[in-house]
Amino acid sequence: MVEVEIDGKKVEVAEGSTVLKAAQELGIFVPHFCYHKKLSIAANCRMCLVQVEKAPKPAPACATPVAPGMKVWTHSEQAVRAQKGVMEFLLINHPLDCPICDQGGECQLQDLAVGYGNSASRYQEEKRVVLNKNLGPLISTDMTRCIHCTRCVRFGQEIAGIMELGVAGRGEHSEILTFMGRAVSSELSGNVIDLCPVGALTSKPFRFAARTWELARRRTVSPHDSLGATLIAQVKGDEVVRVLPLENEEVNECWIADRDRFSYEALRQPHRLNAPMLKQNGAWTEVDWQTALEYVAHAFRDIAAEHGKDALGFVASPHSTLEELYLMQRLARGLGSENIDFRLRQSDFSLDGVRSGVPWLGMNIAEISRLDGALVIGSFLRKDHPLLCQRLRQIAKRGARITAVHAAQDDWLLPVETFMKVAPSAFPVALLEILKAVCSTTGASPDTQFAAYLESLPVSDEARRIAESLCSARNGALLLGNFAQHHPDAGLLHSLALEIARCAGQLRVGILGEAANSVGGYVAGACPSPGSGGRNARMLWEDPCRAYLLLNAEPRFDCADPAQALSALSNAEHVVVLTPFVGEHGDYADCLLPIAPFTETSGSFVNTEGRVQSFRPVAQALAQSRPGWKVLRVLGNLLSLPEFEFESSEQIRDSLVAGRDVTAQLSNDMGRVDWTMPSAPPGLERVSDIPIYRTDAVVRRASALQACRDGTDPVLRIHPATASEVGLSNKGRARVKQGGAATELSVQLDEGVARGCVRIAAACEASSSLGPMFGPVTVEAC
Amino acid sequence: MLSPEALRRIDTEIAKYPADQKQSAVMAALAIAQQEKGWLAEDTMAFVADYLGMPQVAVLEVATFYNMYDLSPVGKSKLTICTGLPCALSGADEAADHLREKLGVGFSEVTADGSFMLKEGECMGACGDAPVLLVNNRRMCVRMNKERIDALLDELNS
Ligand code: SF4
Ligand code: FES
Ligand code: FES
Repeated sequence: MVEVEIDGKKVEVAEGSTVLKAAQELGIFVPHFCYHKKLSIAANCRMCLVQVEKAPKPAPACATPVAPGMKVWTHSEQAVRAQKGVMEFLLINHPLDCPICDQGGECQLQDLAVGYGNSASRYQEEKRVVLNKNLGPLISTDMTRCIHCTRCVRFGQEIAGIMELGVAGRGEHSEILTFMGRAVSSELSGNVIDLCPVGALTSKPFRFAARTWELARRRTVSPHDSLGATLIAQVKGDEVVRVLPLENEEVNECWIADRDRFSYEALRQPHRLNAPMLKQNGAWTEVDWQTALEYVAHAFRDIAAEHGKDALGFVASPHSTLEELYLMQRLARGLGSENIDFRLRQSDFSLDGVRSGVPWLGMNIAEISRLDGALVIGSFLRKDHPLLCQRLRQIAKRGARITAVHAAQDDWLLPVETFMKVAPSAFPVALLEILKAVCSTTGASPDTQFAAYLESLPVSDEARRIAESLCSARNGALLLGNFAQHHPDAGLLHSLALEIARCAGQLRVGILGEAANSVGGYVAGACPSPGSGGRNARMLWEDPCRAYLLLNAEPRFDCADPAQALSALSNAEHVVVLTPFVGEHGDYADCLLPIAPFTETSGSFVNTEGRVQSFRPVAQALAQSRPGWKVLRVLGNLLSLPEFEFESSEQIRDSLVAGRDVTAQLSNDMGRVDWTMPSAPPGLERVSDIPIYRTDAVVRRASALQACRDGTDPVLRIHPATASEVGLSNKGRARVKQGGAATELSVQLDEGVARGCVRIAAACEASSSLGPMFGPVTVEAC
Repeated sequence: MLSPEALRRIDTEIAKYPADQKQSAVMAALAIAQQEKGWLAEDTMAFVADYLGMPQVAVLEVATFYNMYDLSPVGKSKLTICTGLPCALSGADEAADHLREKLGVGFSEVTADGSFMLKEGECMGACGDAPVLLVNNRRMCVRMNKERIDALLDELNS
């Protein structure tokens, strides 16, 4: 520790710390622009100049390391003169156009100019003008305002892992731009808007919508991925007009993904369902809530009376709130049905009744940042979990060894030491190979059920390298991604991961939850109780019900096998949908109930580390929308179900988790299962990703995100060698068939796809008529 | 994109640095590419970036930082006349006027037939022989009075 004195106050800070950090410890504010705690030190704005004893001239606080006994003055005459000088220079070429600048009122330059600038400029000459750049649908530019702090550039290099913005030119001619004027493509790009201390980079969808002082700021939680990023929704009138990160070091740090930031656009018209609707004689009519709810209650009671309780099916999106999920399962069980599920994209449920607890990350999110090795199994990591991927990027920079097993190799913008690329059906074998290599390194003996398979198994070099890196980790983890959970042998993969972890010596096993409430769904009990014979998300469609209740779910995009789900729905007598949105369920539903999206209801998400995060509504419910939990409660009351008297969502949550530590329910362990190894299907296999802006009903309607490169329609991706075997060529068209379902897609050759596979994104319009996300598929040129 | 010879020269430059620091060779690689192509088109910069495994915009940063990289076509011969103080005191301004008149172009412009580009340069460290002029970044011509300029232009024109 080093003792320094700043403005006459003494403070002890760690060796190597900077004057600026030491001042912050003391609560002394040093003006700055280019410094940012999460970025490297550039020391190029010079705003932080301070006086240091015995130094001949002012020194930049952000880049000056502390020395024992150092004396610093941040507001002495010399310091302030230097700071004012810098400010005068910064303002020379600045357009001073605050009245028409979106940053006005929340601009660091404006704020500091109040303290350090003059009221009039001495500069009479011509100012420089910089042309604006088109950075894509999310970020709007006013480049003349840029002060060249390079925060945006460093963010790309250091955090997003992709340097898209750079400083061209020199001195007066410097400007921020992209190569060849391209739009930025990072899924974290919106953070540069927050980082930019001036109005050079602002939010395009928010542009000119409001002044910061007109906005109410309300805390909420992201409903998309399982990280549960904490957000500030900014509301004007009753509309969310902007979303910003709420700093939360343990979860999202100070970042959010573009999906969290820009999805609010979906919460407006024309996307919203305004009133309850009933289909009568084939035509939709608006009805009042009472009529609609009584209709539903009658319908469910009639179906149960006529065809048995087992004829009712309850399907929820894992992006629903904990309270909604809980009341839905209470409703289902109250009616006597165990046909409930929220794990809509999963196809293997062999672990139900075997697992010892709720599958979760296996550690705190912050602990990811302390790993020194990780094997990621079956994950489109960068797009599925943008901020977890960012954490892995940071540890990789510090030397952690990252390896992967997956069917498609995308650029995760971090060094992946070994990428074992195998077809989905070969995942179990790949993990067996790693297990064998691990056992031969550590001398551990594998469980008898696997030992038999290992004996004659040849071990590939890649598997050996992955095993070596796992065994060398002192704090390593195996992470099972969304793809591994959607996999038809998900249970086997999970158990192999546990076995590898055990044999390699105390590695952790984590499940990267797919959705905001992937953990919460289990906590709420929104799946069939083991042994009850209730239908899980696969059986719900395979063995159709007479009546369905859909909660936030859009089966065409949200299910493992959309074709099968749609056929079950269209044959059902009643389909009741609780959704905030129009446009999806017209064909099969007979009742639509408008429920409030996450911004208009209170509720909770349990993130992948088991953190229960509750939120209040940030805006009034639109039109006749009502919070989902209230709708479900009234339904419960109409059906005279016992113990359905909930006054508030907090009461529901407390009845579920209060006093009961959720973390105690979390476990990735399991009882014993005897597995049979699957065999590879003949012909080609489908590999499905869920594109980042197709994951849930909200993000699918967010127009700016849909206009991004990640929002473009999917193509069929195939390895060049496989393509030539089946006669496909780059940019050609292909007819794709899966069972009875078929569609046409354009072809893109991609060496990243495992041989023998075709990669076709699920959850997209173009592929929504196809069958399961995994399994055999035939393609032919057309 | 670049000839095998150019790539070989770039490889020699890369070999001067540790294997994971290939990007240290970026300035040399750009100079070699420019020598071969005459100027640095965006495609050329993109190629150099991919060859060195660095972000394309980072190559653009370097290429736009230094004056000796040309980011637009320069004509067959690029004449960079030094207008630094010692050269200016020794007649660089007259030499520049003469060049402008003979070529019919101003600074940073290319003659209509594409054979010459005139550029203004900073001190080239040869003030003793002022005024000086550089042909295509590599050939230094000294004491450039009118006669010697005419002779040079004749030579380059032939
Ligand atoms: S655009 Fe903003 S963040 Fe980027 S360098 Fe300019 S002022 Fe800094
Ligand atoms: S904050 Fe220290 S130089 Fe910019
Ligand atoms: S000033 Fe021209 S060479 Fe030095």
